[in-house]
Amino acid sequence: MSYNSTTAIQASLKKRYARERRFQWYGRLAVLTGFVFLFILLADIVSKGTPAFTQHFIRIAVNFDADKLEVSANPTEEELYAANFNGVIKQSLREMFPDVSGRKDKRALYKLISIGAEYDLRDSVLENPGLIGTKQEVWLRAHSEAGSYLKGQVDTQLDEADRRVKDNQIQWLDSLRAEGRTESRFNVIFFTAGDSREPELAGIKAALLGSAYTLLVTFFLAFPVGVLAAIYLEEFAPRNRLTDLIEININNLAAVPSIVFGLLGLAVFINFFELPRSAPLVGGMVLSLMTLPTIIITSRAAIQAVPPSIRQAALGVGASPLQTVFHHVIPVAMPGILTGSIIGMAQALGESAPLLMIGMVAFIMDVPGGVTDPSTVLPVQIFLWADSPERGFTEKTSAAIMVLMTFLIFMNALAIYLRRRFEMK
Amino acid sequence: MNTMTATMDGATDNQRESDTAEKAPLDIRDHGDVGDYETIGEPFVDNAKMSARTVNVHYGDKQAIKDVSLDIGENEVIAMIGPSGCGKSTFLRTLNRMNDIIPGCRVEGEITLDNEDIYAGNQDTVLLRARVGMVFQKPNPFPKSIYENVAYGPRIHGLAHTKAEMDGIVEKSLQRAGLFEEVKDQLDKPGTGLSGGQQQRLCIARAIAVSPEVILMDEPCSALDPIATARIEELIDELREKYTIAIVTHSMQQAARVSQRTAYFHLGKLIEVGETKEIFTNPRHQLTENYITGRFG
Repeated sequence: MSYNSTTAIQASLKKRYARERRFQWYGRLAVLTGFVFLFILLADIVSKGTPAFTQHFIRIAVNFDADKLEVSANPTEEELYAANFNGVIKQSLREMFPDVSGRKDKRALYKLISIGAEYDLRDSVLENPGLIGTKQEVWLRAHSEAGSYLKGQVDTQLDEADRRVKDNQIQWLDSLRAEGRTESRFNVIFFTAGDSREPELAGIKAALLGSAYTLLVTFFLAFPVGVLAAIYLEEFAPRNRLTDLIEININNLAAVPSIVFGLLGLAVFINFFELPRSAPLVGGMVLSLMTLPTIIITSRAAIQAVPPSIRQAALGVGASPLQTVFHHVIPVAMPGILTGSIIGMAQALGESAPLLMIGMVAFIMDVPGGVTDPSTVLPVQIFLWADSPERGFTEKTSAAIMVLMTFLIFMNALAIYLRRRFEMK
Repeated sequence: MNTMTATMDGATDNQRESDTAEKAPLDIRDHGDVGDYETIGEPFVDNAKMSARTVNVHYGDKQAIKDVSLDIGENEVIAMIGPSGCGKSTFLRTLNRMNDIIPGCRVEGEITLDNEDIYAGNQDTVLLRARVGMVFQKPNPFPKSIYENVAYGPRIHGLAHTKAEMDGIVEKSLQRAGLFEEVKDQLDKPGTGLSGGQQQRLCIARAIAVSPEVILMDEPCSALDPIATARIEELIDELREKYTIAIVTHSMQQAARVSQRTAYFHLGKLIEVGETKEIFTNPRHQLTENYITGRFG
């Protein structure tokens, strides 16, 4: 090599290395930016959502007087269902704070306790009828505004008119706390109840089960259909104009906005086939239409990636084409197929737009018992709660997002576990 | 063998040119086109296991094999040699219809196994491939255990009815492939974890587990080191007692060592075929000689 070219290369080397170093820094910066945003997002959600997992209870002395309850001394179940527990609670509260007078103040006092408390009380009496005629200290669920003050979420420096928890309520709550009559407990109802107008009574279970049913329907429709379509197109179908056309259309379908599938579901499944509105069955069918292209495309890619040598080896020992596919190609392609399917299912889990079209946005308090019961799903529930003005729903929104993400992590973990199992074989 | 090496080493450029001059009457226009031709040597044998008659293979518009007629004798090893793209692998694959899976591939002519046309409408490719096994260029064990690799063929064909029978087949096949002693304690380990040479012997065991009558080998040693190659060549020699073997190879030494007959292909044509000793010591066609003396290919 001549002296000239050596020096020229040496001169350019510095530049080249500098360029590489710069590029590496850009890359690091990009990764860091991504992580920072992710961290901010997660930190925000977790910090806002964590309080939703606890709930405050207030202990009051309740007089289970048969007269006050408007029942006989040995009440039947029907009598208890019609009993005036609400009045009893109100009376107990008045007894604890005898100074409170005037309708407005009394109403403020009653608002310390959740309107759901009377049902809790009824249930405990139904369970133990011996309570009638006794006086008991009972823990009752606090109203969400009172709970929010007890959680320390209310800025007392604000002008009273700008707060939903008023000065007199703060005073009562402080005295209750001083007497040890308040307690923070794990929010069980959040996981056992459906939606409610009252934040302290609202739970995620209906939406969680709705999502689970919807995804179940989606999986059982989209996975077999998608994988079989992929296997046929990749391994058996002749290559011609028709299959090319099908392939192009599948790719285009993957890019169709999801709300279009919702309109299709509304027009075809609900209006034409008259399937029930708001049901996970229809939701799952719509979402499986949306997920199918993803599953087909990723499954085809996974099948294509199986080395041809494995197919040849199988054919070489006399396996039929079907045996070759099912004994050798599919097991090798399975991790990829599963990954693709899980990506599709995760998309379906997070989808809300098409479900709004088929009525899964309705306010549903009951936990669905099957795929034809009206229900909602997690993302729609998040949307509904995010839309509600009450402070209690703000934290519920974040908590629901946490539940949704946990669901997602659980699904991904399952996918990784299945993938490992298939790779081991 | 010795003579061949002598020719290769001893021939100076001058001598080679004079050879070319002597053999000119054999009507070679150039290396690219041998024109209308007739195979030199004796393509037919008395105890043919498989025979091909005027076989033509097309890949779409491209013709890969032109008018090849060749017999493969019972219990012989026939080597197919020739430069890359000469059609030897294509020809080998027509023998168990592995070309069927290549889109656009068309086979004309007649190929028989025990006097039955393997391209006849009623011929089942599954049965054919059970009778004519294949070992590929790159070792391609299934990503399953060693045991499963060997047991797969017998299982799908229903050759074993009990676990003990299957164990017997697996052990016998591995023994015949000279692999049993090395792997007998790790039959449940994945076949892909073996060394290249062991993998190829596993593939041979897999092929013989279904008791084929013919074994096709497509450059079985090209991915292996010399020691593993020697091991496989020994094995081929042993297998000849029970099986008919057709082997495609790029190594002329290998062809000379393992085969009884050798066929030289060039641009889709079968140029010369004969006793291996004859081909390597006294090639009759200029192209054959050029190839085996290393002048091209």
